[in-house]
Amino acid sequence: MPQSKSWVHFNDRLSRYIFISSAVLVSLIILCIIWFVGMQGLSTFRQVSVLEFFTSSKWNPDSGQFGALTFIAGSIGTTLIAILLGGPLGLAGAVFLAEIAPPWVRSFMRPATDLFAGIPSVVYGYVGLTVVVGFIRRSTNSSTGYGVLAAGIVLAIMILPTVISLSEDALRSLPGSYKEASLALGATRWQTIRRVLVPAASPGILTAIILAMARAIGETMAVQMVIGNSPRFPGSLITPTSTLTSNIVMEMGNTPFGSTWNNGLFMMSFILLIIALILIILVRTAVRRGAAR
Amino acid sequence: MKTRQTDRFASIMLWIGAIAIVTLLVAFLGYILGRGLPYLTPDFFNGPDGVSGQLFNSFYLLALSLIFSLPIGLGAGIYLAEYAPHNKLTDIIRLSTESLATVPSIVFGLFGMIVFVNKLGLGFTILGGAATLALLNLPILVRVTEESLRAVPGSYREASLALGATMWQTLRKVILPTALPGLITGVTLVAGRALGETAILIFTAGMNVSRNLFDMNPLAAGETLAVHLFAAKSNPLPGTNADQIADGTAALLIIMVIVFNLCLTLPSRWLQYRLLGKNKG
Repeated sequence: MPQSKSWVHFNDRLSRYIFISSAVLVSLIILCIIWFVGMQGLSTFRQVSVLEFFTSSKWNPDSGQFGALTFIAGSIGTTLIAILLGGPLGLAGAVFLAEIAPPWVRSFMRPATDLFAGIPSVVYGYVGLTVVVGFIRRSTNSSTGYGVLAAGIVLAIMILPTVISLSEDALRSLPGSYKEASLALGATRWQTIRRVLVPAASPGILTAIILAMARAIGETMAVQMVIGNSPRFPGSLITPTSTLTSNIVMEMGNTPFGSTWNNGLFMMSFILLIIALILIILVRTAVRRGAAR
Repeated sequence: MKTRQTDRFASIMLWIGAIAIVTLLVAFLGYILGRGLPYLTPDFFNGPDGVSGQLFNSFYLLALSLIFSLPIGLGAGIYLAEYAPHNKLTDIIRLSTESLATVPSIVFGLFGMIVFVNKLGLGFTILGGAATLALLNLPILVRVTEESLRAVPGSYREASLALGATMWQTLRKVILPTALPGLITGVTLVAGRALGETAILIFTAGMNVSRNLFDMNPLAAGETLAVHLFAAKSNPLPGTNADQIADGTAALLIIMVIVFNLCLTLPSRWLQYRLLGKNKG
């Protein structure tokens, strides 16, 4: 069916404008999020001093004490444990998949790790609650088993697929000549991996670790279920405490919108947002450094 | 001889690491399914504490959120892949998509709560939940669209444009059909993630389920399966067998994830086969 020429060109121009405006809309959304959450959160500081919020660990909203240090420390602590446990294991899995695995092993292990990524975080929390917490209670002298360690272990499993798939992609995108040159010089497979391939892929691996950190620090439900939810600074890795995310979930429901307490919770989510944005900028620098090489 | 031993040792360690990862996954799935499958009886869905309402809400919210996010996500992805010049605006759009992808879901939840629950005064609604969930879907859709369009060979574009087709005609008749398997994979990926999302929904769609089964009212509160599991584990209602509900719900969620993963791999392989077959003939 022949169409009139002007109609065809009108369509072409219209579709172009629609695509541009959707792209601009995506940018506006992130600005809106920063604006709304930021405004709500920053209004905390009308009643609470910045110094108190970031350096005091006394969270006692009923008597006007708003120190969020416990939650910040909890979030950072769980994330670090997750990276320390999950990072090396994930990297080992990536090296295995990229360099060692026979094709048939790879053909089921790669989909299997993707399956890890699809499991809902509440299910991780549920398994953490029934298995990990119980295990920690039985094997240490902790009375409950809740705490930073339990949350760190659950998060370590949750970040595995991110670390594995991104690091494997980085290793696979290296030119084959790197490996051939190293092997031709008489290096063993392990020497090639350790001295040539992993260093060459390090920007990509770094990106994987940073994105895994972003996922771990923002994870809410799984952490909330195993951290113990006590707003006290943890004396050890196995005493109940709270993180930024878990405390928001616990207290959001029983605080009126607009109160100082409620604003404090929004400030915590604003901190999470800022951390996420900083991590994205770090990823960009890592990628750029890789491209420059 | 020492380097040779190190090499063997390292290989063995890497094999052990890989086996540990796979064992972890198998144990994980086995544990959940082993505990939950026995409870998945018809009564589990339709009984007094049945979850059919939650199951319906999960898919209803998913469908609504896709309706909101698909046009915008596809549009932005198409722009980035096909039109975007190298300039400041494109840079900003790319940066904001990447940032949106790392925003923790709880922050989306609180944003949705400010906008839909408080500023618009809707309270906890399926509509607000779906709109907020759409924000979570958006960056993934943009990225997947851009990647699948970029994978289409440039010669397709050139051939179509050289025949005098406009950009829009080229997109609709040549590029999008070729990129379809990738797009379908992306949508299933998004759907799987949205089905399991919890942190967004407890602040926007609430933790109540409608009494009427299959309630289509988008302004009602709508608890999904994942939220239900969270509620059953974190504050169990007295008098209900919350543990059994949690076990069954977790198993049901895992089955949904596995089904979606199969949907992810099988049709795209089949489509690829069809498309390649066609090209050969």
